[in-house]
Amino acid sequence: MEEIALVDTYQVRPGDFRTAGEAAASIKRKLKQLGINSAVLRRISVASYEAELNLIIHSFGGSLTMEMTPVELRLYSRDIGPGIADVDKAMEEGYSTASEEARDLGFGAGMGLPNMRRNADAFRIQSKVGKGTTIEMCFALQPAAEGSR
Amino acid sequence: MTIQEVVQIVDARVLCGEDKLFREITTACGADLMSDVLAFVKDNTVLITGLTNMHVMRTAEMLDIHCVIFARGKLPQEEILQEAQKLGIVVLSTRHTTYTTCGLLYQAGIRGTEKSNPA
Repeated sequence: MEEIALVDTYQVRPGDFRTAGEAAASIKRKLKQLGINSAVLRRISVASYEAELNLIIHSFGGSLTMEMTPVELRLYSRDIGPGIADVDKAMEEGYSTASEEARDLGFGAGMGLPNMRRNADAFRIQSKVGKGTTIEMCFALQPAAEGSR
Repeated sequence: MTIQEVVQIVDARVLCGEDKLFREITTACGADLMSDVLAFVKDNTVLITGLTNMHVMRTAEMLDIHCVIFARGKLPQEEILQEAQKLGIVVLSTRHTTYTTCGLLYQAGIRGTEKSNPA
Protein backbone atom coordinates (compact mmCIF):
# COMPACT_ATOMS: atom_id res chain seq x y z
CA MET A 1 0.00 0.00 0.00
CA GLU A 2 1.07 3.52 -0.74
CA GLU A 3 2.58 5.38 2.14
CA ILE A 4 0.85 8.69 2.82
CA ALA A 5 2.86 10.67 5.32
CA LEU A 6 0.49 13.57 5.77
CA VAL A 7 -3.13 14.40 5.02
CA ASP A 8 -4.83 17.67 5.78
CA THR A 9 -8.18 19.10 4.76
CA TYR A 10 -9.33 22.70 4.98
CA GLN A 11 -12.94 23.78 4.58
CA VAL A 12 -13.36 26.89 2.45
CA ARG A 13 -16.45 29.06 2.79
CA PRO A 14 -17.92 30.84 -0.23
CA GLY A 15 -17.52 34.62 -0.31
CA ASP A 16 -15.29 34.69 2.77
CA PHE A 17 -12.68 37.09 1.42
CA ARG A 18 -11.57 38.08 4.90
CA THR A 19 -9.91 34.73 5.59
CA ALA A 20 -8.80 34.13 2.00
CA GLY A 21 -5.36 32.64 1.92
CA GLU A 22 -5.41 31.13 5.40
CA ALA A 23 -5.61 27.56 4.16
CA ALA A 24 -2.83 28.12 1.62
CA ALA A 25 -0.70 29.87 4.23
CA SER A 26 -1.22 27.03 6.66
CA ILE A 27 -0.23 24.47 4.00
CA LYS A 28 2.87 26.50 3.19
CA ARG A 29 3.98 26.79 6.84
CA LYS A 30 3.50 23.08 7.42
CA LEU A 31 5.46 22.07 4.35
CA LYS A 32 8.19 24.58 5.11
CA GLN A 33 8.68 22.95 8.50
CA LEU A 34 9.11 19.64 6.72
CA GLY A 35 11.96 21.14 4.70
CA ILE A 36 10.42 20.91 1.23
CA ASN A 37 12.59 22.39 -1.54
CA SER A 38 11.77 26.10 -1.71
CA ALA A 39 11.16 26.31 -5.46
CA VAL A 40 8.72 23.39 -5.28
CA LEU A 41 7.14 24.89 -2.18
CA ARG A 42 6.50 28.18 -3.97
CA ARG A 43 4.72 26.40 -6.82
CA ILE A 44 2.60 24.48 -4.31
CA SER A 45 1.83 27.73 -2.46
CA VAL A 46 0.74 29.61 -5.57
CA ALA A 47 -1.44 26.72 -6.75
CA SER A 48 -3.09 26.22 -3.37
CA TYR A 49 -3.71 29.95 -2.95
CA GLU A 50 -5.30 30.14 -6.41
CA ALA A 51 -7.42 27.08 -5.65
CA GLU A 52 -8.55 28.53 -2.32
CA LEU A 53 -9.42 31.86 -3.96
CA ASN A 54 -11.40 30.09 -6.67
CA LEU A 55 -13.42 28.27 -4.02
CA ILE A 56 -14.16 31.58 -2.27
CA ILE A 57 -14.95 33.51 -5.44
CA HIS A 58 -16.88 30.92 -7.42
CA SER A 59 -18.05 27.95 -5.36
CA PHE A 60 -21.02 27.23 -3.11
CA GLY A 61 -18.43 25.93 -0.65
CA GLY A 62 -15.72 23.33 -0.78
CA SER A 63 -12.49 22.01 0.58
CA LEU A 64 -8.80 21.92 -0.08
CA THR A 65 -6.95 18.73 0.74
CA MET A 66 -3.24 18.03 0.65
CA GLU A 67 -1.82 14.57 0.67
CA MET A 68 1.87 13.94 0.91
CA THR A 69 3.75 10.79 0.03
CA PRO A 70 7.53 10.37 0.16
CA VAL A 71 7.77 11.34 -3.53
CA GLU A 72 4.96 13.75 -4.26
CA LEU A 73 2.42 16.16 -2.91
CA ARG A 74 -1.16 16.13 -4.17
CA LEU A 75 -3.62 18.94 -3.83
CA TYR A 76 -7.33 18.38 -4.25
CA SER A 77 -9.90 21.13 -4.56
CA ARG A 78 -13.47 19.89 -4.31
CA ASP A 79 -16.65 21.91 -4.27
CA ILE A 80 -20.39 21.35 -4.21
CA GLY A 81 -21.17 23.57 -7.18
CA PRO A 82 -22.16 25.40 -9.24
CA GLY A 83 -19.84 23.65 -11.73
CA ILE A 84 -18.19 25.09 -14.82
CA ALA A 85 -20.19 25.07 -18.06
CA ASP A 86 -17.21 25.40 -20.39
CA VAL A 87 -14.01 24.09 -18.81
CA ASP A 88 -11.87 24.81 -21.91
CA LYS A 89 -12.95 28.44 -21.81
CA ALA A 90 -12.24 28.65 -18.06
CA MET A 91 -8.73 27.36 -18.69
CA GLU A 92 -7.97 30.27 -21.04
CA GLU A 93 -5.82 33.04 -19.59
CA GLY A 94 -7.83 36.19 -19.04
CA TYR A 95 -11.25 34.58 -19.07
CA SER A 96 -13.06 35.27 -15.82
CA THR A 97 -16.56 35.30 -14.38
CA ALA A 98 -15.44 36.76 -11.04
CA SER A 99 -17.58 39.28 -9.18
CA GLU A 100 -16.87 42.97 -8.86
CA GLU A 101 -16.00 42.38 -5.21
CA ALA A 102 -13.28 39.88 -6.14
CA ARG A 103 -11.87 42.24 -8.75
CA ASP A 104 -11.75 45.13 -6.31
CA LEU A 105 -9.56 43.02 -4.06
CA GLY A 106 -7.08 42.37 -6.85
CA PHE A 107 -8.37 39.05 -8.12
CA GLY A 108 -10.48 37.71 -10.92
CA ALA A 109 -7.95 38.32 -13.68
CA GLY A 110 -8.72 34.99 -15.26
CA MET A 111 -5.32 33.60 -14.31
CA GLY A 112 -6.32 31.18 -11.56
CA LEU A 113 -6.80 27.91 -13.41
CA PRO A 114 -4.02 28.54 -15.97
CA ASN A 115 -1.72 29.44 -13.11
CA MET A 116 -2.55 26.23 -11.25
CA ARG A 117 -1.86 24.17 -14.37
CA ARG A 118 1.42 25.98 -14.99
CA ASN A 119 2.70 25.42 -11.46
CA ALA A 120 1.68 21.80 -11.05
CA ASP A 121 3.54 18.84 -12.53
CA ALA A 122 0.20 17.21 -13.28
CA PHE A 123 -3.18 18.89 -13.41
CA ARG A 124 -6.67 17.50 -13.88
CA ILE A 125 -10.03 19.20 -13.70
CA GLN A 126 -13.47 17.69 -13.80
CA SER A 127 -16.62 19.71 -13.61
CA LYS A 128 -20.32 19.21 -13.98
CA VAL A 129 -22.89 21.98 -13.86
CA GLY A 130 -25.22 21.40 -10.93
CA LYS A 131 -22.76 19.01 -9.31
CA GLY A 132 -19.43 20.72 -8.72
CA THR A 133 -15.79 20.86 -9.65
CA THR A 134 -12.83 18.72 -8.67
CA ILE A 135 -9.26 19.72 -9.35
CA GLU A 136 -6.34 17.41 -8.76
CA MET A 137 -2.75 18.61 -8.84
CA CYS A 138 0.50 16.74 -8.29
CA PHE A 139 3.91 18.14 -7.42
CA ALA A 140 7.09 16.05 -7.47
CA LEU A 141 8.99 16.72 -4.27
CA GLN A 142 12.38 16.04 -5.82
CA PRO A 143 14.11 19.30 -6.83
CA ALA A 144 15.69 17.41 -9.74
CA ALA A 145 12.48 18.01 -11.66
CA GLU A 146 13.06 21.78 -11.56
CA GLY A 147 15.74 21.85 -14.24
CA SER A 148 13.51 20.28 -16.84
CA ARG A 149 10.66 22.72 -16.33
CA MET B 1 20.80 46.04 -4.74
CA THR B 2 19.70 46.10 -1.13
CA ILE B 3 16.32 47.27 0.14
CA GLN B 4 18.19 50.17 1.75
CA GLU B 5 19.19 51.35 -1.73
CA VAL B 6 15.60 50.93 -2.93
CA VAL B 7 14.49 53.18 -0.06
CA GLN B 8 16.86 55.91 -1.24
CA ILE B 9 16.05 55.57 -4.95
CA VAL B 10 12.28 55.87 -4.56
CA ASP B 11 12.51 58.20 -1.56
CA ALA B 12 10.45 55.87 0.60
CA ARG B 13 9.37 55.73 4.18
CA VAL B 14 10.00 52.45 5.97
CA LEU B 15 6.71 51.37 7.57
CA CYS B 16 7.99 48.07 8.92
CA GLY B 17 11.02 45.80 8.74
CA GLU B 18 13.72 48.40 9.57
CA ASP B 19 16.03 45.57 10.60
CA LYS B 20 15.82 43.82 7.22
CA LEU B 21 16.97 46.56 4.85
CA PHE B 22 20.17 44.67 4.07
CA ARG B 23 18.23 42.11 1.99
CA GLU B 24 18.96 41.79 -1.72
CA ILE B 25 16.48 42.72 -4.46
CA THR B 26 17.09 41.54 -8.01
CA THR B 27 13.77 41.97 -9.84
CA ALA B 28 10.59 44.02 -9.50
CA CYS B 29 6.92 43.64 -10.28
CA GLY B 30 4.41 46.50 -10.44
CA ALA B 31 0.75 45.45 -10.29
CA ASP B 32 -2.56 45.99 -8.57
CA LEU B 33 -3.85 42.65 -9.74
CA MET B 34 -2.57 40.04 -7.32
CA SER B 35 -3.53 37.35 -9.85
CA ASP B 36 -0.88 38.77 -12.18
CA VAL B 37 1.66 38.91 -9.39
CA LEU B 38 1.04 35.23 -8.69
CA ALA B 39 1.79 34.44 -12.32
CA PHE B 40 4.99 36.39 -12.78
CA VAL B 41 7.17 36.50 -9.71
CA LYS B 42 10.73 35.24 -9.31
CA ASP B 43 13.25 35.18 -6.47
CA ASN B 44 14.14 38.36 -4.57
CA THR B 45 11.36 40.39 -6.10
CA VAL B 46 10.08 43.70 -4.80
CA LEU B 47 6.37 44.30 -5.33
CA ILE B 48 5.15 47.81 -6.16
CA THR B 49 1.41 48.24 -5.79
CA GLY B 50 -1.39 50.69 -5.15
CA LEU B 51 -3.50 48.02 -3.47
CA THR B 52 -3.37 48.13 0.32
CA ASN B 53 -5.46 45.21 1.51
CA MET B 54 -4.51 42.01 3.32
CA HIS B 55 -4.29 40.04 0.10
CA VAL B 56 -1.12 41.90 -0.80
CA MET B 57 0.57 40.40 2.28
CA ARG B 58 -0.94 36.97 1.65
CA THR B 59 0.30 37.05 -1.94
CA ALA B 60 3.74 38.21 -0.80
CA GLU B 61 3.86 35.38 1.72
CA MET B 62 2.99 32.77 -0.90
CA LEU B 63 5.73 33.99 -3.23
CA ASP B 64 8.45 34.72 -0.66
CA ILE B 65 8.36 38.41 -1.57
CA HIS B 66 10.40 40.18 1.12
CA CYS B 67 9.61 43.78 0.21
CA VAL B 68 6.38 45.59 -0.72
CA ILE B 69 6.22 49.23 -1.79
CA PHE B 70 2.91 51.09 -1.56
CA ALA B 71 2.85 53.77 -4.22
CA ARG B 72 1.27 57.22 -4.31
CA GLY B 73 1.75 57.78 -0.59
CA LYS B 74 -0.73 55.10 0.37
CA LEU B 75 -0.65 53.84 3.92
CA PRO B 76 -2.07 50.45 4.82
CA GLN B 77 -4.12 49.82 7.93
CA GLU B 78 -2.34 48.85 11.11
CA GLU B 79 -3.47 45.20 10.96
CA ILE B 80 -1.78 44.85 7.57
CA LEU B 81 1.50 46.17 8.94
CA GLN B 82 1.19 43.81 11.90
CA GLU B 83 0.79 40.89 9.51
CA ALA B 84 3.82 42.07 7.49
CA GLN B 85 5.82 42.28 10.69
CA LYS B 86 4.79 38.75 11.60
CA LEU B 87 5.78 37.46 8.16
CA GLY B 88 9.08 39.36 8.09
CA ILE B 89 8.12 41.48 5.08
CA VAL B 90 9.61 44.95 4.68
CA VAL B 91 6.91 47.51 3.87
CA LEU B 92 7.74 50.84 2.24
CA SER B 93 5.60 53.78 1.20
CA THR B 94 6.59 56.24 -1.50
CA ARG B 95 4.89 59.44 -2.67
CA HIS B 96 5.66 58.48 -6.30
CA THR B 97 3.06 56.79 -8.51
CA THR B 98 3.44 53.11 -9.40
CA TYR B 99 4.67 54.11 -12.86
CA THR B 100 7.32 56.49 -11.57
CA THR B 101 8.43 54.10 -8.82
CA CYS B 102 8.93 51.34 -11.40
CA GLY B 103 10.75 53.79 -13.69
CA LEU B 104 13.16 54.87 -10.98
CA LEU B 105 14.02 51.27 -10.10
CA TYR B 106 14.36 50.31 -13.76
CA GLN B 107 16.73 53.21 -14.30
CA ALA B 108 18.78 51.93 -11.38
CA GLY B 109 19.13 48.53 -13.07
CA ILE B 110 16.28 46.51 -11.58
CA ARG B 111 14.51 44.53 -14.30
CA GLY B 112 11.02 43.09 -14.42
CA THR B 113 9.74 39.57 -13.87
CA GLU B 114 8.69 39.13 -17.48
CA LYS B 115 8.91 35.40 -17.79
CA SER B 116 5.97 33.59 -16.33
CA ASN B 117 6.46 31.60 -13.22
CA PRO B 118 7.89 29.00 -13.01
CA ALA B 119 10.58 29.76 -15.59
